[in-house]
Amino acid sequence: MLRLLVLFLTLFIYGNASARKFTIGKNGTVVSIKDALKIAAEGDEIQLLPGIYAEGEIVIDKRIILSGTNESILDGGHSASVLLIRSNGVTIRGITIQNCGYSDIREFAGIRLENVNRCIIEGNKLFNNYFGIYLANSHHCRILNNRVEGLAKTETSSGNGIHLWKSEYNLLVGNHVSGHRDGIYFEFVKHSSVISNFSEKNLRYGLHFMFSDDDSYRYNIFRNNGSGVAVMYTRHVNMDHNRFEYNWGSAAYGLLLKEISYSRINNNIFFTNTTGLYMEGSNQTIVENNDFVKNGWGLRILGDCFDDTIRSNNFRGNTFDVATNAVRSMNVFNSNYWDQYSGYDLNHDRIGDVPYHPVSLYSKITEESPFALMLLHSFFVNLMDQAEKVVPTITPEAFKDDSPLMKPLRNDTY
Amino acid sequence: MIRIEKLNKAFGKLKVLNDVNLEFQKGRVISLIGPNGSGKTTLIKSILGLTIPDSGDILLNGKSILKDFHYRNSVGYMPQIGRYPEHMKIHQVFEMMKDLRSTQTLLDEEIIGEFGLNSLLEKRMGTLSGGTRQKVSASLAFLFNPLLLILDEPTAGLDPVATEHLKNKILKKKNEGALILITSHNMSEVEELADRVVFLVDGTIRFNLSVEEIKNDSGETRLGKALAKRLEGGVYA
Amino acid sequence: MRKVLKYVIYDVFRSKMLIGYTLLLFAMCSGMYYLGSGDSKTTVSLLHIVLLVVPLISIIFGTIHYYNSREFIELLMAQPIRRRRILLGEYFGITFSLSVALLIGLGVPIALWDFSESSLILLLVGVLLTFIFTALAFLASVRSADKARGIGSALLLWFYFSVIYDALVLWLLSSFSDYPLEKPVLILTAFNPIDLGRVMVLLKLDTSALMGYTGALYLDFFGSGAGILYSLALLLVWLILPLIFSVKIFAKKDM
Repeated sequence: MLRLLVLFLTLFIYGNASARKFTIGKNGTVVSIKDALKIAAEGDEIQLLPGIYAEGEIVIDKRIILSGTNESILDGGHSASVLLIRSNGVTIRGITIQNCGYSDIREFAGIRLENVNRCIIEGNKLFNNYFGIYLANSHHCRILNNRVEGLAKTETSSGNGIHLWKSEYNLLVGNHVSGHRDGIYFEFVKHSSVISNFSEKNLRYGLHFMFSDDDSYRYNIFRNNGSGVAVMYTRHVNMDHNRFEYNWGSAAYGLLLKEISYSRINNNIFFTNTTGLYMEGSNQTIVENNDFVKNGWGLRILGDCFDDTIRSNNFRGNTFDVATNAVRSMNVFNSNYWDQYSGYDLNHDRIGDVPYHPVSLYSKITEESPFALMLLHSFFVNLMDQAEKVVPTITPEAFKDDSPLMKPLRNDTY
Repeated sequence: MIRIEKLNKAFGKLKVLNDVNLEFQKGRVISLIGPNGSGKTTLIKSILGLTIPDSGDILLNGKSILKDFHYRNSVGYMPQIGRYPEHMKIHQVFEMMKDLRSTQTLLDEEIIGEFGLNSLLEKRMGTLSGGTRQKVSASLAFLFNPLLLILDEPTAGLDPVATEHLKNKILKKKNEGALILITSHNMSEVEELADRVVFLVDGTIRFNLSVEEIKNDSGETRLGKALAKRLEGGVYA
Repeated sequence: MRKVLKYVIYDVFRSKMLIGYTLLLFAMCSGMYYLGSGDSKTTVSLLHIVLLVVPLISIIFGTIHYYNSREFIELLMAQPIRRRRILLGEYFGITFSLSVALLIGLGVPIALWDFSESSLILLLVGVLLTFIFTALAFLASVRSADKARGIGSALLLWFYFSVIYDALVLWLLSSFSDYPLEKPVLILTAFNPIDLGRVMVLLKLDTSALMGYTGALYLDFFGSGAGILYSLALLLVWLILPLIFSVKIFAKKDM
């Protein structure tokens, strides 16, 4: 107590002239973070020495910097949120935050930001939290190079890795998220960017977008998540240079679009997903320069999609290139490369002289009677598809690429 | 030694054997003759157990052979056309047969030597001429000292020297007490070997007589002519 | 039976057709591994080969061998050997030889490139299909004295199981797609050994995810240890029934 008093006086005397720095820990200037927060002023830095700090929920309501090394561990003791940020301009840098509480009613998080602006969450390690980083009604924040690792077991008992709600102008760069329900979750988020993140092994989606217009996500890797990436009820989204891969399961998607319009999907790789790209109720969207490789279904486009353009993509090694339940196509396919195309090019303009029908007869049949999938890879089915390719009679006539490429494109992908 | 009782066999609507009754004693050579399709082969195959009769019985030394296979230990058979696993050598075929029959009886390899097969033992069956294959078939028929020998057109395809060896062997076996059934189209051969001639037409036995009886009846000294006369005369036809 | 078997094997092992079959399998499978990416896609390509080539070769080889050995079989029948043993000796001689060809032609590439559970199941399915389709070949052969008819009906059997059956199934499934088809789908699979083998291998591959609900249904049924035993038992039925019928017919057959 005496020591604290001495410190307090010292600080008081040397005054607010410039930002001060506290070190916290047994050998630091202050023992507990909460004490330091009491005495810290706006702009001060609180630095955590290596050690475990179990102080329950810590509320930061001043514009300070909280920093540390990865051995500086904030342990929430499974009670509530670990860090609750209620001030603008707070920086949390380089600390480990673990074991926040779990509640059915309240969404506790490792770092929870409420109604704040311009905060920076950088280089932290979040381990075994209900929600990892949670932004509620917070804007202009930057979430950079954090590692968010959950131990999610079921979808209902787990939260999201990085969760944004009603937040605008935020930037997420270089984070690694795994083991949560959704890796990254956006709901009512606008004008934000998700760049170079790595989201893997999450139970549901690697990235989940809802009602979030005018966002972009680029150069991310979404690997081996329950059902890939879902983008729903959104307009003006740009998705480019991402990798959607190894999302494999009976209902798994690389990228699932639902009610999307005026968006662009370009230069992505869809690799080894049950369904590479799934489009439902999407319109005015351009799918361009993507590589669809070794998926079960490369592209699955439902009958309620219209005015979409699918051009200059490569389709290679997919079991089914395109599947649809539509009878007529109201979307445009052109200048794609299809490795199952067997046409010719007499005038050597690198464009096949006969159109390609990417919807195989068998894929059409299975769309109507899914039990027909019991014949997958049977000799008869292969035979039937070959015959249909030579003389198309049943597959939807409008589903065709009039200018299929003879050679694959060298798309600029990540 | 062998008794055939009321043997009937039909292939579909075609009656191939029609109430055939026959009985032969040991130490005889019996010649089965008749036009093509007369039922000779079916009769032989019935005795061998290759064809299963519709009704009637075949008794060998008083025992029915129809539901038994052990009797074949004392049967030697030379088919009209013998075909063997192509990649097997001659000596392997002999060894295989010995192995398959797993017999303790003394082996009779005399005719193998007479046919000159000993120098060909390393040849593969697939490379042999028809005649040489017949020699192998004949050798196999005699190999296990059978009591009953069934030879289907035995001399067809054999060279004259081999034919002589075979005839001698047949007579020798007869003298040792074996019963020998031969089908043949060659009348001089029948005359030379047979004690009795059984003539089959459309599955029915037209006659079953000794060679002397046939000759005496017709007054001819040669069996071929005697037979021709008999058939033309329509005595039994 | 063992004695006959021994000599059949001795003979068949020297046949050009068997050597050709081994080399063909080896070339195709090595080619798949060499050119392919070595993942489950390669196994699927191998599955295509096994399901197409193995039944076809087994049924053709079985019938041709039977008819070419007719005189020899006749000679054997005139020996003091039970007929059943002759036929079973011929049968196991052929199936053993064809299985060895398969184990070399397919097994060696598998051992070299992809020694995994799914590949081993594929090999097992290949061996079982060899046994089943040779049994069907023998059934077709003993039923018909005429070689051309025998080979014709054997090819028809193959065509039925490879093409016609699946065409009928596809037609059924799409005609009745509004009805609950869970049970029919399982039952329909059991009635074709090729389909059964295909499902057994697919369930061991990640490709099964493509079968969606049907796949989940299969996985639920065939995926467990009991399911594997069940499908193996079904395949054995497919082997034993034609074999029993062949032996029965052969026992009363006139040569």
